[in-house]
Parts: sequence; C-alpha cells; structure tokens
Amino acid sequence: MSFALPRGCLILKTAPVPEQIPFVEYLQLAPTPHLVAHQCTSCGARFFDRRNACASCFGTSFEDASIATEGTVRSFTIVSFAAPGIPVPFVSAIIDCDGTSVRGNLTNVSADPEHVSLGMKVRLTTYTVGADEAGTEAVGFAFEPAA
Amino acid sequence: MASDDVWILGINMTKFGKHTDKDTVDLASQAAMAALADGGVTMADMGVIAAGCLMGQGGIAQMIQKQIGQTGIPAYNVSNACATGATALRVAYMSIKSGECDFGLAVGVEKLSGVGLLSGGSRKDDGKTWNRAGRYGAVAATDGRIGTDTMPGVFAQVGMEYAHKYGGADFALFAGISEKNHAHSTLNPLAAYQKRFTLDEIMNDMMIAYPNTRAMCSANCDGGAAAVLVSDAKLKTLSLEQQRRAVKISASILTSDPYQEACQVLPDVNTLTRRAAEQAYAKAGIGPEDLDLVELHDCFATAELVHYDNLMLCEPGGAADFFKSGATWRDGSMPVNVSGGLESKGHPIAATGIANVWEVCHHLRNEAGDRQIQGAKVGLAHVIGLGSACGIHILEKSGL
Ligand SMILES: [Zn+2]
Repeated sequence: MSFALPRGCLILKTAPVPEQIPFVEYLQLAPTPHLVAHQCTSCGARFFDRRNACASCFGTSFEDASIATEGTVRSFTIVSFAAPGIPVPFVSAIIDCDGTSVRGNLTNVSADPEHVSLGMKVRLTTYTVGADEAGTEAVGFAFEPAA
Repeated sequence: MASDDVWILGINMTKFGKHTDKDTVDLASQAAMAALADGGVTMADMGVIAAGCLMGQGGIAQMIQKQIGQTGIPAYNVSNACATGATALRVAYMSIKSGECDFGLAVGVEKLSGVGLLSGGSRKDDGKTWNRAGRYGAVAATDGRIGTDTMPGVFAQVGMEYAHKYGGADFALFAGISEKNHAHSTLNPLAAYQKRFTLDEIMNDMMIAYPNTRAMCSANCDGGAAAVLVSDAKLKTLSLEQQRRAVKISASILTSDPYQEACQVLPDVNTLTRRAAEQAYAKAGIGPEDLDLVELHDCFATAELVHYDNLMLCEPGGAADFFKSGATWRDGSMPVNVSGGLESKGHPIAATGIANVWEVCHHLRNEAGDRQIQGAKVGLAHVIGLGSACGIHILEKSGL
C-alpha cells in the first residue's frame, strides 16, 4: 500500500519496521504463521524438504500443503548438551499435527520433566532468532502449550 | 557334500578404551592379525578384504594391507554409520557366498577417545547477512533450534516415543537397563569401563538428554575388531579343531529404512530392525525363543528397550514388562548385552558391528570365561546406524 504525502506535511520519524524472513523455507509467516510441506499428489506423503520423487510411492508431482498448527507431543527429550550458542536446557519434541509429524522445540514451558509430558497439547508459535547486519530478522517456529 | 554356508573361522577384538600409543591402522592391524591367528590362516589365504573406519580419511582396507600383507586381492572400504562393521562382515560373506573366494577378512576400527558429543549438524554463519542453505533452506544451523540432532537426544526421543505408544517405561526403567549393562561389564576384561553403578548413581549422573544421563550413553573409545570368514567347502578341508571352533553364520541381513510417515523428523529405527529380524529368523530357520544370547545396539539405554520389541524378544508393546521381569540380565531367560553393551564395553563405531559378533562367538565356542552363558548354541548380533542401516547376524555353534 502506498499514498502520496501532501507537500510540506511534517513526517513523524518512527522506527522502521524490520524486514522479517522465515528461518526455514517451510515456515510461512503470512497471513498467520504455519508450516507448508511438499505433498505427493499420488499418495499424500508430506516432505519439508524438496524431493526428486516421493520416497513412499516414487511419484514426481508435488503440491503445497498447509500443516495444522495444533498438535500433541508424541515424543520429547530435554537436551542439556548442545551445539555452541544453543541455550540449554531446551525441549526438543516430535509433534503429531493432525497426522503429520513435525519436529520442533517447545517454548513457554519450563524445560523439566514435571512440566513437559507425552501427549500434551501444543500449538505453533514464532519467535525472533536474530537479526543480520542489514537488520533483517529471521523468524523461527516452536511449539507452546495450548491452554 | 559341502553346503553354501559361510563360517567364522577366526575372530578378535582389541581391548576397547583409550589407546594413546596406537592409531587406527595399528588397532585394525592388531585385530586383523589376531583374527587370522585365531583362525589358523594367513593373508596368503584371504580372497577379499572389507574394512571400515567411519571417522577416518578413507582407504583403511589398503592401509591394513600395507601393514599386514599386500596380496592384490579386492579391497572394499565400507562406510555405513554404526552398521559399518556389520556391513564389512557382510561384504566378505557375500564374496564367499558368490563363489569368488573361500576366505575373507572383515575389519572395523575407530578412535573416538576424547571425542565429545556426536551431533548431526553445525554450520558456520558469517553473521552479516542471512543466507539460505541446506535441504530446508535454513538461514542458520537448525540443530537446537528445530529440535535436536544430537545422538543422545535423538535416541531419547526414540525411547520416549515407545513409552508414549505403549506406556510402562519411565526414567527409572531406562536407567535400569543401563544398570544391567554396567553390571554385566564387570565380567568383561575387554570393556572400556568395568564399573558397576547403582540405579541412583545412574539417575543422578550428569543429564545429557532426558532421560539419558551420561551413564546411559554409549562410551566413546578406541578399538578394533576383525573376523576371518570361510566357505563350508574349504572349512571341511581344515583341521578338526578349526572345524570345531568355527561358528556358522546362519543369517547375515542388512536392511535400510522403508518410508514411514514420521521418518523425516525422527529416524525410524524400528521398522528396519523388525524387518531385518524377520528376515534373519526366516533365513536361519529359528525363532527368537531359540536364542541363547543377544548383543543388541544399546547406543543409549533408551534404544535397548525398543529393540527388545523390534527383535521380537518380547510381546509387541511389551518391552517394559519384559525388562522388569529380569529376562535380559545374564541369569535371565534372554540375556542381552552380557558384554556390557555399548554403554560400558564402548562404541568405537566401525568396530562395533564385528565386536558384537565376537562376543556371541566367544560364548558359542565356550571360551567366555567368567561371563560364559552356559550351553550357548545360538546367538544374535544387531547393530543400527542412523540414516539408517540395520545389520543382524545369527550365529550357531558348530555341531562337532
Ligand atoms: Zn507418494
């Protein structure tokens, strides 16, 4: 959207809204954040990365499929030793999003076995991973407890 | 009349642990020469060599030849994650099975002492501008930001997935598996660690990736293992003593993982192991109830539990109850990892898939000393490498 400002109008200086890009290509930020998979048009198998042919049926035709943003924790671990720069402990989980398995961190939950449980309901959320020198923010995804 | 059976004629593993004075070629050569001596043969007899060193520079088979004998035979360098040793063994097996040769040598070696956490991915970012790279078009390393690639974490999730599906398994149960394997290791002089731990000590050890504490993780160490294989026809021409000590390979199976819905987010170590087990039992003409001992891939305590089920040692879904029954302790109905397993014997990756066969052979030959499983006639050795590859060997005592 753009519009012409009347000549002589005072322009209020506000902080520029930083440009945001998704951390991975399979995260779509608009209109609301969600994950998108390459879905095999023959058998429905879903892949977050690009494939030359479907690993399940060898079909070569794919279409985009939006993944449900709510799911249940099918497995998790609480990682205490990780690569440099990764805050620990953190919860890594496998989430069943309406039949599609998704891997991600759990957030907004205390990283201990008393607060994380198998079968807990979670929903997709996003957070800022960081910004580069141009000020562009990378936005990542994680899952948080769904009330 | 000779059959097309293939036998293990000689086999050896080095002491697992820290070998500061030896490199991988030294360790591999030591194991190879000891395996040849154990079989009563020399490099002049060998028709093929297959060898692996996962973290090495490549060409380990030829480097071994230069150390112990260059005869011009075909040399295969194999790399198949934690199934590398089993794959080398199977290459020698297939060469003999194909009729190309009568003797084959398989070797696996690794130096891992002092190596830290084994993880999947890390990458350098310049920090100036985001750049998309890799299969997911990520702007930075995904490990730790989108779940975990660390092995203790991945296998923790494998165990927790089983716990979620079938119930009955919790932190204490997983720790109990580790307690068993560490207890077993006290009888194995070649194990990297021979220390018994209480359940409390294991549960209160440093947490690596819940529910796996440090004591529940495979031990990074140095070690080599080697095996000499022989055809049935050739074995029949050897001495009675060689024939008596020979161990029959009743099944040699290698599988990779078939497509499963979730395998892109969590490696499915179950389906390929179950398939390999089904094929192995069919090939050997036996069932799990016929096994006297099992060496399975307990790279983490959480992994051992799921393989009780995958190898059909218990009822489907019943692995937790099976463990609680005491069956898998060395005095139980189905001794598992009497060597101490990867958690205490150690896991020098490429050596593991031959060292577990050595352990089983040791019992079938009635040479296991203090830890001998009395009257052992049939055993199974299992490894799994992420990616994935599963190797299973079923071994039988000679009838002589
Ligand atoms: Zn398909």
